[in-house]
Amino acid sequence: MAATTESLPARAKRPVSQRAGRWLSNNLIRIYAVFGFTYLFIPVGYTFVYSFNNSGKSNLNWRGFTTDKWANPCGAPDVCNALSNSLKIGLIATAVATVLGTMIAFALARHRFRGRTVTNLTIFLPMATPEVVLGASLLAFFLNVGVPLGFQTIVIAHIMFCISFVVVTVKARLASLDPRLEQAAMDLYADEWQTFRRITFPLVLPGIVAGALLAFSLSFDDFIITNFNSGDVNTFPKFVWVSSLRGIPAQANVIGSAMFFIALFAVLLGQAVTRRRRA
Amino acid sequence: MVEATGGRDLRLEHVTKRFGTFAAVDDLSLTIPSGSFFALLGPSGCGKTTTLRMVAGLEEPTAGTIHIGTDDVTYAKPYKRPVNTVFQSYALFPHLDIFENVAFGLRRRGAKQIKQEVEKALELVELGGLAKRKPAQLSGGQQQRVALARAIVNRPAVLLLDEPLGALDLKLRRQMQIELKRIQTEVGLTFVHVTHDQEEAMTMADTIAVMNSGHIEQLGNPTQLYESPNTAYVANFLGQSNLIRATVVGTSGDDLLLDVHGSRLAAPVSRRASGDKELLIGVRPEKIHLGAPDEVVPDNHNVLRDGVVTDASFTGVSTQYLVRLPWDQEVMVFVQNLGVGGVLVPGTKVSLSWNPAHTFALDGSEDALAGVQLEEPVSVG
Ligand SMILES: Nc1ncnc2c1ncn2[C@@H]1O[C@H](COP(=O)(O)OP(=O)(O)OP(=O)(O)O)[C@@H](O)[C@H]1O
Ligand SMILES: [Mg+2]
Repeated sequence: MAATTESLPARAKRPVSQRAGRWLSNNLIRIYAVFGFTYLFIPVGYTFVYSFNNSGKSNLNWRGFTTDKWANPCGAPDVCNALSNSLKIGLIATAVATVLGTMIAFALARHRFRGRTVTNLTIFLPMATPEVVLGASLLAFFLNVGVPLGFQTIVIAHIMFCISFVVVTVKARLASLDPRLEQAAMDLYADEWQTFRRITFPLVLPGIVAGALLAFSLSFDDFIITNFNSGDVNTFPKFVWVSSLRGIPAQANVIGSAMFFIALFAVLLGQAVTRRRRA
Repeated sequence: MVEATGGRDLRLEHVTKRFGTFAAVDDLSLTIPSGSFFALLGPSGCGKTTTLRMVAGLEEPTAGTIHIGTDDVTYAKPYKRPVNTVFQSYALFPHLDIFENVAFGLRRRGAKQIKQEVEKALELVELGGLAKRKPAQLSGGQQQRVALARAIVNRPAVLLLDEPLGALDLKLRRQMQIELKRIQTEVGLTFVHVTHDQEEAMTMADTIAVMNSGHIEQLGNPTQLYESPNTAYVANFLGQSNLIRATVVGTSGDDLLLDVHGSRLAAPVSRRASGDKELLIGVRPEKIHLGAPDEVVPDNHNVLRDGVVTDASFTGVSTQYLVRLPWDQEVMVFVQNLGVGGVLVPGTKVSLSWNPAHTFALDGSEDALAGVQLEEPVSVG
């Protein structure tokens, strides 16, 4: 008995249930990952597939394949107007929030001044407050002060909450920056400006970029606060929300899918660049 | 361009640095002649780095002034000083490759021939092939050498080295010590070298300052410090010393006459560091001759009898003995391995003798164990 066990591959002798158990334990992570990603990507896949639906007003039922909607993404009324508003708002809010947020982060991380603790706390508030509350109080404020609702109020609202995220990201990056690097630069004849330009800024830049990307996606995506303060200006999320009551046109799927692929492409490009730089 | 120029002494006058109420550097005065190799030696936390940082301009003194030549640089910006630092933590720029790290100072000053200069500096520290790497891709020792190259390439009037060889293995360390010394004599820069390692300080430096909790205990060339320490701290920190309590009973010519538990000893008046009547006399372990209990010693030699060997450790070059004296003090004796006689076993009765000229005398109120490193069995009776 013992002799046969030795002469045969051990694998072949194991009972089936044990082998299955082993296979499962070896591949559990993979199985889990497949389920996880499937769950995540079903909506994206659905959106993409239905962007080819030869639908009329409503995009709920499959009516046959067409590339018409991709050829003419602005075909549905108002969809491109909403999209361009969202992009404009996103870009302006991101630019302003990134500049202001970065400067606030530097001030908070590098200087001791009166009201620093209070500022730290206030910066954190927009992240902690429910959006409904923020949106409603902003609306009340704009009405009281008499600012007409529209493009400008959306931008102001977005800058406000985007700043918080930029400050937090940049501050984290600054905190992990060894102050001796800047001292070494100064020791090597770099004045304050050169030290900032050659050492501090390049080292903090990944944090700033991360903050800006975060700000843009938060702004592009925001519905609740925007809805309170937009007046009759349409944004893309608002467009989707409003049209979902009557049936979302397939063009929304086209734009949604396109955004997804652009983002994916950007991420892949970013990774390729970092890998190239490391090598 | 800031070039090394002759006659630019580095002068610290009454420099104090307080962090809160704690004085990291306490009323320190120091002149480092231009072109010299100066070592700051002292235990961890005694204020060496703080001193260097004040010279570099990275820390502002609480009081006192710092001059380089005739320029008062006490409050000058770091980039306005002809000073470069090799940081204890290297502080290499992680986003720049090795070449750009070394070129950084040259570029800021708009130097010419940057490529040649950088390559020369990298050759000097034997890192010629690694110019395109990032700091994170180097070993600790290699990073340290980059830090060295990055400072040296600028030929500053004063180069501050904060334990620049700490991360190197023994072989590379010796090699870099020789290299550093060669660079220093070749280009005539003033080196201020901070180290824990007394051997490194002794072999490299023209002048050593022994620091202890924010002040300088003693300053001098290696021989002076070793042969004539002024304080128990220096005597114990630099090499090992046997410190024995003694009372002055008179003088005879150039010698002090001393009483040590009934034995008559002598020490040169010139090596007396204190006017006190109660002294601590010191003698280095390698100066003591170990003899038979009743051995006849040369005239005028100091002799202590009735010792008992309590411990013997053979190290190859020498044998290190501990000898207990009648008053229960243990004295350390190094006997060179000349190939005659074996190793004495513990319990052997011996006499100790040495030339009075090798005796130094310290203030009797001092702690005989001040500055003792490790658990070296030096005790006092
Ligand atoms: N920024 C600071 N704030 C408060 N205390 C400090 C500061 N920098 C240094 N110290 C204290 O000053 C003393 C001297 O520090 P320093 O760094 O000069 O020591 P060191 O001699 O270089 O020691 P080591 O050999 O360990 O590097 C230490 O007790 C340290 O804790
Ligand atoms: Mg230090």
